[in-house]
Amino acid sequence: MEFEAGKIRSEIRAFIVDSYLLGDESVKFSDSDSFMSCGIMDSMGILELVAFLEQHFGVTVTDDEMLPTNLDSVESLVSFIRSKSNC
Amino acid sequence: MKFHEDILKLDVARVTKQLCEAIRRQVRDDLKKSGAVVGISGGIDSTVVSALCARALGPERVLGVMMPEQESSGESETLARQLAAQFGFEAIKEDITGGLTGLSCYEKRDEAIKQLFPMYDKSYKCKITIPESILSKDTFNFFHLTIQKPGEEANTKRMTPNVYAQVVAASNLKQRLRMTTLYYHAERCNWAVAGTGNKDEHMQGFFVKYGDGGADFKPIANLFKIQVYQLAEYLGVPTEIIKRIPTTDTYSAGSTQEEFFFGLDFYRMDMLWHAMETNVPAAEAAKVLGISVQEAEHGYAHIARKIQATEPLRLPPLEIDLPE
Repeated sequence: MEFEAGKIRSEIRAFIVDSYLLGDESVKFSDSDSFMSCGIMDSMGILELVAFLEQHFGVTVTDDEMLPTNLDSVESLVSFIRSKSNC
Repeated sequence: MKFHEDILKLDVARVTKQLCEAIRRQVRDDLKKSGAVVGISGGIDSTVVSALCARALGPERVLGVMMPEQESSGESETLARQLAAQFGFEAIKEDITGGLTGLSCYEKRDEAIKQLFPMYDKSYKCKITIPESILSKDTFNFFHLTIQKPGEEANTKRMTPNVYAQVVAASNLKQRLRMTTLYYHAERCNWAVAGTGNKDEHMQGFFVKYGDGGADFKPIANLFKIQVYQLAEYLGVPTEIIKRIPTTDTYSAGSTQEEFFFGLDFYRMDMLWHAMETNVPAAEAAKVLGISVQEAEHGYAHIARKIQATEPLRLPPLEIDLPE
């Protein structure tokens, strides 16, 4: 299944706002902001994020893919999910 | 100062003297107590802290408390008794298995494990590990759960967040009950509880908040693990304790601290960390440590991320200042 970038972006942002920002949409973060560096989530948050990706987008995130380059910003997540869904 | 392989070598005599003076001052002047209670496990950190307390306060003002439970290694008690005898302080044993059973520690942990491995029962041993060296790539922390029956092949799966959180929350009851036990004895004697965490544990969050992190003073919290070993040798700690591989003493299959948490041997961990703290370029640190520049960069990134991610663990309870 192929996902459209805009839809992935908005669904990931909705998950982050709901799960880590107490639903507060006024908190601003850019698509390239590092979740860890900005303090949006900790290592437990990353585990929850991976569970969300697997459940919501139906992809499998392997151990080798648990990398900041794949998972640490909205931008990297959009590319990652798109690359997985094109496989 | 140029970064070199002995940069973390202490002047052990001078540091021991400074630590002992600080322990005396903190216990007497700040905490208004007249002795120290230390949880002793036969590990290097609790050994050094109890030896320092005995030297600083006098062995008659130190109480070592062994707190095994049904999954503890039997070797811990033997070593803990040996160290108490050597440094001359009293050691007592409090088995916390009954308390943990009362809190459903094992039951709650096993319930979570069964979500990943439905066949899991008491005949298995279990442990949590991180997958590989932190130097090989810049990876996020995630955890594998391994269960194994004696003589059979191990089963390993990546932990889901819910399973991980429940296994850790249940297992942390062990450290929290130990803290409760130490405070019982501290209050009974009007003494203070000494924390045994070193800098690696304290700053990278390898402790349980209000568990082993709950103490009145923490004498070695600013010392790297490899410096704790230097103090141990200077203080005359038994070789068996110095040579023992540090474990979590929390999971039944026996989990080393390297495979459970740090992902790297302590020498390279501490040296990389010191290099990062003192703004040594990764290339220079890599040369001294015999690793690639990329590996040093991964190490820097991993350590920095762990310190940042565990900051809330080190915060005291937050208070709210209401405006006038």
